[in-house]
This record gives sequence, structure tokens and C-alpha cells, in this order.
Amino acid sequence: MSGVLDPLRLKAREAKRLLVDGEVSAAELTKVYLDQIAAVEDRVHAYVLVTSDNAAKYSTKIDREMQAMRGPLAGLPVAVKDNMVTEGVTTTCASRILHNYAPVYTATAVRRLWDAHVVMLGKTNLDEFAMGSSTENSGVQVTANPWDLATVPGGSSGGSAAAVAAGEALWALGSDTGGSIRQPAALCGVVGMKPTYGAVSRYGLIAFASSLDQIGPLTRSVYDCALLLRHIVGKDPHDATSVELPFEVELPEGDRLDGLTVGIPGEYLALGIEPGVRARFDETVALVEELGGRCVEISLPHTEYALPAYYIIAPAEASANLARFDGVRYGHRAEGAADLREMYERTRGEGFGAEVKRRIMIGTYALSAGYYDAYYGRAQRVRTMVRRDFARAFEGVDLIVSPTSPTVAFRAGSRTDDPLAMYMSDICTIPANLAGLPALSIPCGLSDGLPVGFQLIGPAFSENRLLGAAHALEGALGFETAPSFRDSSASAVAGEARS
Amino acid sequence: MTAWEPVIGLEMHVELDTETKMFCGCAVTKGDPPNTHTCPVCLAHPGALPVVNQRAVEYATRIALALHCTVPARNVFHRKNYFYPDLPKAYQISQYDEPLAVDGWFEYRVGDETLRCRIDRVHMEEDAAKLVHAGGEAGRIAGSEYSVVDFNRGGTPLIEIVTEPDIPSPAAAREFLQQLRALVIELGVSACSMEEGQIRWDANISVRPAGSDELGTRTELKNMNSFRFLQQALEAELPRQAEVLEAGGRIEQETLHFDPDTGLTTPLRSKEEAHDYRYFPEPDLVPLEMDPAWVEEVRAALPELPAARIERFVTQYGLSRQDASVLGAQRPLAEFYEQVVAQGVDAKPAANWTMGEYLAHLNAAGLEPGHGFVTPERLAKLVALVAEGSISSSAGREVFARMVEDRAEPGEVVETHGLGQISDEAALEELVARVVADNPAQAEQYRGGKQQVLGFFVGQVMKATEGRANPKLVSELLRKALA
Amino acid sequence: MITDDDVRYVARLARLRLEPDEAERMTGELAKILGHIDKMSELDIGDVPPTAHVLDVVNVLRRDAPRPSLDRADALRNAPSVADDSFRVPRMG
Repeated sequence: MSGVLDPLRLKAREAKRLLVDGEVSAAELTKVYLDQIAAVEDRVHAYVLVTSDNAAKYSTKIDREMQAMRGPLAGLPVAVKDNMVTEGVTTTCASRILHNYAPVYTATAVRRLWDAHVVMLGKTNLDEFAMGSSTENSGVQVTANPWDLATVPGGSSGGSAAAVAAGEALWALGSDTGGSIRQPAALCGVVGMKPTYGAVSRYGLIAFASSLDQIGPLTRSVYDCALLLRHIVGKDPHDATSVELPFEVELPEGDRLDGLTVGIPGEYLALGIEPGVRARFDETVALVEELGGRCVEISLPHTEYALPAYYIIAPAEASANLARFDGVRYGHRAEGAADLREMYERTRGEGFGAEVKRRIMIGTYALSAGYYDAYYGRAQRVRTMVRRDFARAFEGVDLIVSPTSPTVAFRAGSRTDDPLAMYMSDICTIPANLAGLPALSIPCGLSDGLPVGFQLIGPAFSENRLLGAAHALEGALGFETAPSFRDSSASAVAGEARS
Repeated sequence: MTAWEPVIGLEMHVELDTETKMFCGCAVTKGDPPNTHTCPVCLAHPGALPVVNQRAVEYATRIALALHCTVPARNVFHRKNYFYPDLPKAYQISQYDEPLAVDGWFEYRVGDETLRCRIDRVHMEEDAAKLVHAGGEAGRIAGSEYSVVDFNRGGTPLIEIVTEPDIPSPAAAREFLQQLRALVIELGVSACSMEEGQIRWDANISVRPAGSDELGTRTELKNMNSFRFLQQALEAELPRQAEVLEAGGRIEQETLHFDPDTGLTTPLRSKEEAHDYRYFPEPDLVPLEMDPAWVEEVRAALPELPAARIERFVTQYGLSRQDASVLGAQRPLAEFYEQVVAQGVDAKPAANWTMGEYLAHLNAAGLEPGHGFVTPERLAKLVALVAEGSISSSAGREVFARMVEDRAEPGEVVETHGLGQISDEAALEELVARVVADNPAQAEQYRGGKQQVLGFFVGQVMKATEGRANPKLVSELLRKALA
Repeated sequence: MITDDDVRYVARLARLRLEPDEAERMTGELAKILGHIDKMSELDIGDVPPTAHVLDVVNVLRRDAPRPSLDRADALRNAPSVADDSFRVPRMG
């Protein structure tokens, strides 16, 4: 077996080559990740459930039946965010209300990966029902950022991002409603992509906001991202809002950006971007120009209204999507309720965490009699204005770039008392969800030792253009740093000082 | 005292006879063991999504067109949010301000009158599951200890038809519903089985001073599936409202329950405050754009509608509008009638016999038109026998009755029971002569100017022939003999 | 802005039991969030239409052909309470 199997650095492309060349077996490859999980999981807590037995058995089977079980993804180990249902494997959505839910079917995107013979390592942690930007809203556990265990990995796909960054998975699936793939990818120094709305089936993705949710990859390289995306896109008869992409997702190759016009929206840079993040962003923009791209200033005038619109639309849809968690057919049911109403109220009171309750309340309020026009109705019209901003901008540029997150990973507990402050983490990512546009984040450097993400947004169905540009930029950036698992919290530092 | 007039509107829900449910591929069935036709979608499992049933859209469009509705270019689904155990998503996917169809009408007969009721809208939604209250008293909510839910029915395509408050009386409400149900059955989209609850309705009831235009506060009777109870409930509620208003009181807008045993309407124990349904467009479903060419195809494929058929009967068969309405309103009787005429008999006598003896026979025997021994061919034969004078009209009625009883052909019955009409002039002349000779006093009276005495002589001849003499001929011959 | 009564009404509508301290905190938090959301009212919306779907897709329909249903055992597998092969719930009350 080769000595280069460093789980913190191995990419899918190389792993596949090693498998194909017989330098490593599927079982050995899976074991690398299971070993890494054993080594660091007690510090990172990325996984809600590690399916180590199944993974070991399945990877062994792949080795045995290599003729039958082959293909571009066969044998490659993946982690799946625990808001995608997986038949035979408990799926909790990181919520007490689903703590014991045994799915009776599998999400289409996951099914497609299983059919391609990936090895599922387990289900990763998330903010409960994907509502959050730090994974601190998880009803199961808090995930730590492997770059500094005292900081958050971002959210809501914090578990998936941390797992990939920590070498606990080769790559992972996450979901993005307001930035929940891109923002944790940025905070954890990995690649994360949200495809065009409709590109990946939502069947089996536990719904948060139906008109905004999309499943996407978190990976260690843009190439890997394209490789994973290729296998999960496509119209699904089970999802009426899924569409066939008008093209095939290509594996990116180029290393130049000649002929590419890139727009920089002034409004995003005015959103409280911290200096270190801004510095890395500016350097990356300079790199774009070095690679032959042309950068121009653009305006997306309604940017500041995107967040308020999102915080009506998403909770409103969520309030309806989460109403099915009523204790009747699955999940938690409150004990000893005297009647139905009490059963409903206590089940949901006991089963949902604080942030989920807040959002259900806002959403219900926004839709309630007399408030629809002022809130939901208005928000959907603001949404149209945001879409039109992008449409107009894309008449003059090929891609739009911005920092992914205004800050690097923040300290755990530093925003949990202030929901609004937490919501601000998503100001750069939310607009792309409102407009249904594809967007991805790539690591572009460090600030104070923590990763900074660079976001690229494209017009609908411009995945290949995005991936091609990101790949070229990634090559030039040469970001190869891996997390150190340091812990800057006072107790850890004190502990170090004492020892 | 004011005269109060009833103002009634109806809201009907019809379950469609599609193969599968509205939003998933589970089979639509009846009577199978509980929870054997479910899936993640109709059980509202996390992550499940709806997909619209194409045939349901087609069937809904048929109903809309048969009710003369406008089908707008576009319609969308909305979520209607509320909590109940038979609603697994805690919202029903329905339609709100952009429904499938609007602004139609339906004509129906009440006694001799044809009334028209405007249709406000027709839209698509999904049925709830079946909730059964256990423990406690005979399936009633009050006193039950727990309930159980069977999701087999949940998700069945449901069409909602809402009328304007154009229905003027309890009897009219009953007729409207029965005739609308017959129409829907004719369209082939639902068997509208009453026992299986495939058609249910709510009634909105108010009263207003006779001749007024304004609408008063209305009460609502929900979820009924008996025509008789509807009529009774309306007959109880309307006077109650009139009484309250007459005494200067107010009508409360409430949902009522009708108890057929007491004949009283009482407010339903209010489970909760009025529903705030928080409608918003269903994000999991894309809009439907109704291709006009496709809509025309559906219209062209509609069976002949009652209104059109009644018109045709007037022009094609020369029937009065009244007769045409009786015969033409529903397909089975209309088809029977046309088959009788097709045998070659005249339209008008065929109409009289179909509306008269035949319809009475169906009612008495509890048969549907076209069923039983009296086929169009047999009735036509009977009509022909009368028309050609082989039997008298009154003998014809006897032939009909015996035909049914003996299950024998009309001709046979005439033979067997000697019901043939005697039209042999020579034989009758002889008989007439004898009768006149036997009754000199009456002959004297007739000749003296008392024309009505002829009836006596006709009666005598009929008696002597056991009613079989051709009355017209007898009259003629008597006049000659008495002249 | 949003009052305690509003919070109580909405919690009932959403079937969420809030403990008294939860409800109190909730009113404050929601008020703050709604305050931020009210920023939207600054905008002159004009006659901009709402976006119900970002996709430009219509008429996604399914053929009316039956697909296999779940085995009853699977349908009831997660049920917190079962009676008569059905999902059991407490009385209406």
C-alpha cells in the first residue's frame, strides 16, 4: 500500500486512480477514513452516526465484485448530511423530534451515489432542520472546526464541511438554502457548491424551504466537486421541481481565465466584510486578472433587501414543511397527553429546538391572516427584484464574485444569544438562493490562521463555466494547507500552559 | 310578518375514479385493509414530494366544461394549512385564487320548472385520510377514547365544485344535487357512490326578505352524504333562521350539525377558533398552463350534455319542452326513449308511454332505465299495437302490466288474454243493432236530443265485448244505428 | 409591533407549546427579527410580480399508472402508537 494516503489531503481523482491501478483496495481506502474518524472525531464531532460496519463490509464487497461493481465513483467513501433520508440508516435531521426515525426510502441524490457504488461512511451533523449558520443549533451535538476547535465550522452543513476538512471523509453531500454549503465550506477551507435550483432532485431531502433548498457537494478540490455533481444531477420523476440540465457536467481542465469578465458587486463589499477576509478577496481578484480575466464593478442594487426577504420566505415555507412533525406517524410523541391538541403542542414543544421554533413562529406569523401581503407577498416581490438585478448584471459579465462569508470562523457561543447576528453570516450567500443561481466557494487563503472563502456565482445552468473558472483559480491559488486541530479556547490554552 | 326566502349555496366534493392518487402512484381503492395503499408521499414522510396526476387534471377539466365553466390559461396549487390527524402534511394541497375553472352554470328541473344555478368555481385538491373514533359511543367524537387513522383514502383526487347561492328551496337543493351527481356519473369520471362517500357536500344557508338582493349571515352544514337528510336539515334550519330574525335576533355564522332523529340543527361544538389557513402557492408544484387546443379536445370528447340533449329532443322529436326535459335530463332514460323511437314508432306516443307506464314501472320496481324485462323493443311493440288499433289504449295499460308479470311478449299477452281490440265492422254492427233494440227507452231519449246517452250505449257495447271493442268505431256505428 | 397576544395566537396556530419564559423571550426575539425584516417596507415595490417559482417550468405531470405501495409493516414501522393496523392518536378533546 502506498504511503501517500493522507486523509487530510487525498482527493477523489487521485483516490480513484489508486483504486483503478490496484495500489489500494476499496477496503483499505475506506479504512483510512474510518481510522481518521477514530483519531479525531472525539474533537471534531462531525458525525451524528458513523456506519463503520456497513462501510467496511460494503467496501470489501466492492473489492470482491470489482467486475460488477465498477464505475467512476465505485469505492470512494462519502459522508452524507443527516437531512437526507437513507433507508436502513436512522435519519435525524439533528433534531430530537426525529431522533428515532427509520426512513422507508432513500433520497434520490443519495440513491444515485449508492447505485454508483460509493461507500457511505455515515451521516453528518447539521443545524437542526438545516436552520443555522454554525451547526450550534444541532439537537445532537456541537461540531468543531478542525482549523480551531474553539470555533464553529459554519452551518448548516457544518458536519459535512468539518468531516471533509478533517480528513474524516473523502467528500460529502450537503444542502444549501441560504448558504448552508458555501459558508461552512469557506469556514472550513474546502470547496462547496450549490447547483442551479432544480438541477439536483430534492426527493428525500428533508425540506426546510422548498423554493430555496438544493443538495450539493463539499470536496477538497473543484475537480472532485464536478465529479460528484455529475452523478447527482438530473430530472427525477419524484420531484416536480427538478429539471434535466441542458448539458453534461464537465470535469474542468483549464488553468486560464482569458476572455472571462467577472463582476464585483459593490453592495456585497459594503456588508461588513472583516479586513482579513477583504484582503484575501482582493488578492484573489488580482489573481483573476493575472489569469486573463477582466474584473469590473457592478451593482446589485437590492442586495440589502435580500436578507429580510429570505427571513420571511424561508421560515414561511419551513413553517408548513415542519408541520408534518406532529407525533402521529413517526418521530417523537409526547407521553401521557390527555388529548390530541396537548399531544401536538407538547410533541412539537419538546421535539424542536429554539431556533426552529423561532423560525416556525416567524413563518406562521408572516402567513397569517392579515399579514400575508405585508410579509410573504412583499418578500416574494423583493425576490423578483433580486433576480432581476442578477439578470441585468449577467448581461455584462460572465460571473460574479464576492467573499463567501463576511468573517472567518467565529468562536463557538459568540452569536448564539443574538439570532440576528447569526443571520448576518449569510448575507453574501442568500441572494444566489433567492435567484436560484448556481454558486460555489473555494478556499483562497488564511486570515489569522483561519480559512477564507471566495464565492463565484453564475447565471442559471452555468455550472461548467463556474467549475472551469474555479478550477483555474484554484490551481493558481495553490491552497494546500490542512487544518491543525489546534484549540484556541481559554481552557485549552490554559491547559497547555499548565502542562 | 316578513316573508323570508331561502338562499342556499352548495359546495360539493367528488372523489375521482382515477387509477392512482392525486400526488403519488398509490392505487385508489375501496375496502382494502387499512394502510395497505400508502407511500412516503401520502404518508407525508420527511423529504417526500407531490407530483400531479395527469388524468385527474383531465377529469377535472371534463367536469368544468360540462358545467359550462371558463378554464383560465393558467392555474396553480396552494397549500391550505391546518392540523388534523387525517391530514398528514398538516396542509392540504388545494387551489385558492387561481383555480382550474370559474364562472359556469348548471340547469336542473324542479317539478315543471327548469332552474339555473351559477357555478362559482371548480378546483382540484386531495382527499383526507379516514379517521375513525374508537371507544366511546358508536363512532362519535364525543366520549371517544382514541382515534385511528387509515391513510388508504388519503391523497385520492378530489374535485371541489362551489355554487353561487342561487338555490331557492330545500327541494331544489335536493334536485340540484341528484341531477348534478347524474351528470358527473355520465362524464365517466366518478361513480359518485353514496355508500362509499365518493360524493359529499356542504350547504351554506341563509334567509332574506323576499325580493331582497342582499345576503344575510349564513350558517354551514358540513359533510353530508344523504339527499334526504340534506332536505330535512334545510327544512329545519330555514324556519329557525326566519324565526330568529323575525324576533329581531342575529344569525351567528357557525357550523351546524343535523340530527335526523330530532330533526333539529344545532351548532357543532366548536373545536377551535375559525381556521386561519395561511394559503400560499405550493412551492413543490409548478403551474399548469392549459393548452386551449387540449381543452377543446376534452370538450369535443364530452358526452352529450343534458341541456343540449333536451334541445335536441324538442327539435328532433317535436316534443314539448316539458316532455323533453323529463325524457332528456338523464342519459339512461334518454337512451331508452330513443331506442324505442328507433324501432319505428311515432315520437309522441313513444314519449307518452315512456314517461307514463314505463317510468311508473321503473319507480315501482326500483329499476334503472334499460334494465328489466321491458326492453325498448317490447315497449315499441306495445306502442305499435295501440297505434294500429289492434288494442285500445286502456287495454294497452293492461297489456303492459301483464307483460311485466308474465314476462311475455306484448303480442302473446294480447292473444293469451284476448285483449285484442275488436274492429270487425260486421260483427260490431250486429252487436250495435242488438244493443239498440234491447234499450228502446234510451234510444228514444237519444233520438229526442239527449246526445250524452250515446255514452250509455257505448258502455253497453263495451260491456258486451269485455272492453275490447274499438271505441271509435263503436261510436260511429251507434250514431248510424240511432240516426 | 408583535405582542404577547400575537405570540400566543401564533403558537396555538403552529401547535407549539411554549413555556412562559420561552414565550417571553420569543416575543423579544421575534420583535427584533421582524424589526429587521421591516426594512423591506422601505422599498417601492410598484407592480413587481411575486416569484413563486424561480424555475421557468410548467406542466410537470405524472401518468396515472399505479406504483407499488409500501408494505403495511413499513408504513407502520415508525408509528408511535398502533391499533387495528392503523395509526392511533389520542381523543380529539
